[in-house]
This record gives sequence, structure tokens and C-alpha cells, in this order.
Amino acid sequence: MTPLEFLNIVSPFKDKVFRLAKRLLVSREEAEDATQEVLIKLWNNKTKIKDYKNVEAFSMTMTKNFCFDKLKSKQAQNLKIVHNNYQDHSVSLQKEVELNDSIDWVGKIMEALPEQQKMVIQLRDVEQYDFKEIAKMLDMNETAIRVALSRARKTIREKLTNTHNYGIK
Amino acid sequence: MVLNNIENLLEKYENGETSLQEEQQLKDYFSQDTVAPHLEMYKPMFTYFLVNQQEQFTKQLPLKTKKRFNYKWLSVAAVAVLMVSVFVTKPFSTGEPTFTDQEIIEINNAKEALAIMSKHLNQGTTQVGYLDAINKAGTQIDYLKEVINPMDRILKR
Repeated sequence: MTPLEFLNIVSPFKDKVFRLAKRLLVSREEAEDATQEVLIKLWNNKTKIKDYKNVEAFSMTMTKNFCFDKLKSKQAQNLKIVHNNYQDHSVSLQKEVELNDSIDWVGKIMEALPEQQKMVIQLRDVEQYDFKEIAKMLDMNETAIRVALSRARKTIREKLTNTHNYGIK
Repeated sequence: MVLNNIENLLEKYENGETSLQEEQQLKDYFSQDTVAPHLEMYKPMFTYFLVNQQEQFTKQLPLKTKKRFNYKWLSVAAVAVLMVSVFVTKPFSTGEPTFTDQEIIEINNAKEALAIMSKHLNQGTTQVGYLDAINKAGTQIDYLKEVINPMDRILKR
């Protein structure tokens, strides 16, 4: 298999892999590294690609596992990748504008969700996979997915309603 | 009414029961400029999903086609070199030496010559055996020392 053929297989879903990684790891650089890692793993096993029934779903599962490993090792080192915990007063005005931007606020709310709900809402509402595919990727049954999805959606809506009523901070 | 429909869909949506088509309807509705005021808070949510869909992976993938050097073969080569060197320095050390008839005759001749030589040498050594007598005599004349030094004997007593 040539690199070009491989890229043709991978390109329809490489952005999805990246977005899932970013949803879980938050930082863009981390997500880029994770995506690269996953795709290179796939490339190294290129002889087996034909045997996989669904390369896309397989890659998503790989991404999920890879990111979980990453998160676990981060926690073990006591280094949490939380990127909104620093205070820089020189750009406070800009930050205020950003925070007022309610779209960014949705992102912040989603960061606070449990990992499973993050993944479910990412795969469903952003990537628009059907429940069967999500079930395969996450190794969950469809009912559990619907429950997680419903919880995540309700949480986001509730928090948005609060900020809508009281303003942000 | 459209709004009624949207409200129904939203309820289904929050329970995780909407189909992908229905979710697309909601996304379409909330990407409009104006939405019903009491549904305003859903707008950023759906906009966020749409914006996030656009994000792309831009990093280059370093795909290596060349095979990396395998260090396993290095050890195999080392073992081969070792074995060859052992054979070169000690060739056929376990096998019986083989000689031609001519060589056997030569060896026998050499053995005979050596045997004659050793016989004569042995004769020579037996003939010089009388030198032992001189050694013996040497020890026997030790008492002369005592004669030279009679004071020691006197003091001992």
C-alpha cells in the first residue's frame, strides 16, 4: 500500500479522529499528537487494514483508548490538562469578550462533562453518527448511549439557561 | 405551527430520542438569525456543534515507507562471524588426522632415529652415574669442618 492510498482511506475520517481527541484532551497540540499517533499506528498495521470491517469505527475506538491512556498517565503524574485555570490580567478585557461569547461558553460547559458524555455528544451532535455506529465505537449498548446523550444535552441546556438568566459571572 | 414542531423536537432531543434527520431540522432552525425568544439559549449549543464540525486536522503525517534497520540481524551477523573465526583458528580439531603412506614412512623413520638417539643418550647418562660417588664423598668430608672448628664441640659438651 502506498502512502497515497493510505491517505485516501484515512482522509474522510481523520478530522473526526482529531475532533474526538480534542474533545477528550482539550488541548489542540495534544489532540494533534494523538491523531498523528493513531494514524501512524494504523499505517504501521497497513497490511491488516483490509481485514477490518469498518476502518473508521476501528480508528475511533483506537482514538478513544489512546486518549484514555493519555489522560490516565496525566493523572498519574498529577498534571491535569486544564487550560482555563491560568489568570492573565493583561488580557482580561479580551477574555471577558471571549467569555461573553456564548459559543465558547458551550465549549467550557462541555469540558466539564464526564468523559463518556463528552464522547457521546461529540459523536452524535457534532459528527452525526447513528446510534449503532456509536455503540460499536464505544462498546456500549444503545440504551446507555441514549441515556448519556440525554443527560449531557440536559446539562448543557440547564447551564446555558442559567447563564442566560444571570449573565456570565 | 413550525414553532410547535420545534418545541416537540426539542423535548425529544433532550430525551435522546430524535433521529439524525430531526436533529438536522433543529440545527437548521437554530442557525437562522432569529429564533423564538424563549428558545434563545439553545442557539449557542447548536451553533457550537456546527462550528466544531468545521475543525480540521492540519498536521502533516510522516509516513515512512523505508524499512527501518533491524538490529536483530546485527546479532545474527555477530554470531556468524564468531563461529567462522572459531573454525578458522581451530580447524577440524575433533577429526582424526589422516596421513598418506609416504608420510607414515617418514614418521616411522623419524621415530626410529629419535629412539636410537635416546638410547645413546641414556647410555651416556648411566656412564656419568659415577659422578654420584663424588657427591657422596662431598657429604662424607663434611666432618672435616668439625675438625677445623674443635672449639664448637668443646663448648657443646
